[in-house]
Amino acid sequence: MCLAIPGKIMSISGDDAFSRMGKVNFGGVVKEVSLAYTPEAQVGDYVIVHVGFAISTLDEEEAHRVFEYLQQMEELQELEGGQQVSVTD
Amino acid sequence: MRFIDEYRDAAAAQQWARAIHRITTKPWTIMEICGGQTHAILKFGVDELLPKSITLIHGPGCPVCVTPLELIDKAIEIASRPAVIFCSFGDMLRVPGTNKDLLSVKAHGGDVRVVYSPLDAVKIAQQNPDREVVFFAVGFETTAPANAMAVYQAKRQGIKNFSLLVSHVLVPPAIEAILSSPTNRVQGFLAAGHVCTVMGYTEYEPIAQKYRVPIVVTGFEPLDILQGIYLCVKQLEEGRAEVENQYTRSVRREGNQPAQQLIREVFQVVSRQWRGIGPIPRSGLGLRDEYAEFDAERRFDVASHHVEESSECISGLVLQGIKKPHECPAFGTRCTPEHPLGATMVSSEGACAAYYRYRARSSANG
Ligand code: SF4
Repeated sequence: MCLAIPGKIMSISGDDAFSRMGKVNFGGVVKEVSLAYTPEAQVGDYVIVHVGFAISTLDEEEAHRVFEYLQQMEELQELEGGQQVSVTD
Repeated sequence: MRFIDEYRDAAAAQQWARAIHRITTKPWTIMEICGGQTHAILKFGVDELLPKSITLIHGPGCPVCVTPLELIDKAIEIASRPAVIFCSFGDMLRVPGTNKDLLSVKAHGGDVRVVYSPLDAVKIAQQNPDREVVFFAVGFETTAPANAMAVYQAKRQGIKNFSLLVSHVLVPPAIEAILSSPTNRVQGFLAAGHVCTVMGYTEYEPIAQKYRVPIVVTGFEPLDILQGIYLCVKQLEEGRAEVENQYTRSVRREGNQPAQQLIREVFQVVSRQWRGIGPIPRSGLGLRDEYAEFDAERRFDVASHHVEESSECISGLVLQGIKKPHECPAFGTRCTPEHPLGATMVSSEGACAAYYRYRARSSANG
C-alpha cells in the first residue's frame, strides 16, 4: 500500500492549486493524478505518485548521485590500491 | 522504466556490495523501517549481497500490519451495515479481524469497494447521496496528504455522507519506542524515503543525537538500499550518529510543505495502539475537532471492546525485529498468504509475506 512510483507528466489541467491534475505515464499505463502538492511540477517532469497524489518532483541532477558516488569511490580505491602496490615495490 | 531500471543494475549493485564489504570490520545490526524496503530487500536478494556480519532487521513500517485489531473489527462492523459503502485500499480486505475479515463481509453482500485513491471514495459519496460512504484511512505520513485532501474537499464541497475511519500512524515515535526498549538491538536505521518525501527529516535529527544512532533516509530500489546501508555502516564504523539523505532525488530536508500544511489543517497528533507492539504515545494522527463530523467512529458510534490476538501469532516480535518470520511455528504451515493468521502475512510489505514469497524454501532448509 505504501508503494509510491515514478511517472512522467504528459499533460496538466485545472488552474487553482487544489484542482491541478496531471495525466501521468507509468511505463505505458496512464493515470489521472492530483498535482495539488507539487505546484512546481511541469509537463515532462517525473513525479513520485502515491495513492493518486504526486508527492515530489524528481530532481534530475540528484538522480545521478548514486552513480557518481560509486564512480568516485571506485576511483579512490584504485588510487589507494595503486599506492599499496608502490609501497610493496 | 526511467528512475526504476537504472537503480536495479546488477553490476552497480555488486560494486556497492563490494564497497560495503570493504568498510565493514565489525558486526552491525541495521533496521529498515519501511515494508516497501523489506519487500525490495527480499525480492532482489539485497541481504544476500551483504557481509555475514551485517544483520538487517525488518521494521514496523507496514500500515496494514500495525493497524490494531480493534480497528479492523470496527471496520468490519461499519462495513456490515446495509446503508454503508465501505471503501478501502485493497490490502486491508484480507487482514484478519477477531472473527472475520472485510472480504468475507463483501462475500456476504456487504458493499465493500477497493479504491486506488481516497479521492475515489469522495466521488462515490457524491454519486450516492442516499448512502453513507466510509473510507478506511490507514497509513503512515506518506498517505496522510491524500487522506487530508479527501476530508478537506468533502468539507469544502459540503458532502455530508462521507467519513473516514482513521488509523494513521507516524514513524518517528515508533523509532523512539524501538530505541528505548530494553531489548533493542538496532544500531542504525534506514528511514523511509517516501515518508521523508512528505515530512522531511528534521524530526529525526534529535533522535539520532539522543540515542547516538545513524539514520539514513533511503529510497526503495536495490541500489538505493545498498547505498543507504553503505552510508549507515560507514557512520557506525566511524562512530558517527547523524541523519543523512541517500534519496536526494525525492527528499528535501524540509519535506513537502504544501502537503504538511494540509495534514496540519485536518489532523492532529494523537496516541495510537500499534498491532503487535502496543500503545505508543503521540504516534498517530486523528481528525481535528473542526473535522469531527467526518469521523466515522463518532458517526457510527461503534463500541470499543477488548480484543484478543491469536495466541499463536508472533507478529509483534517480528515487527520489533526480535524474531524472524520463519522462527514462527505457524509460518508457511497454518499461516500462509491465502490463510493468514497475522497481519504481517497479509500485506506484500509485511515481513512474513515477503519471507513466504521469496524465502520459503531457503528458510525451510536453513
Ligand atoms: S507467520 Fe503468521 S502466525 Fe507467524 S508471526 Fe507471521 S503472521 Fe503471525
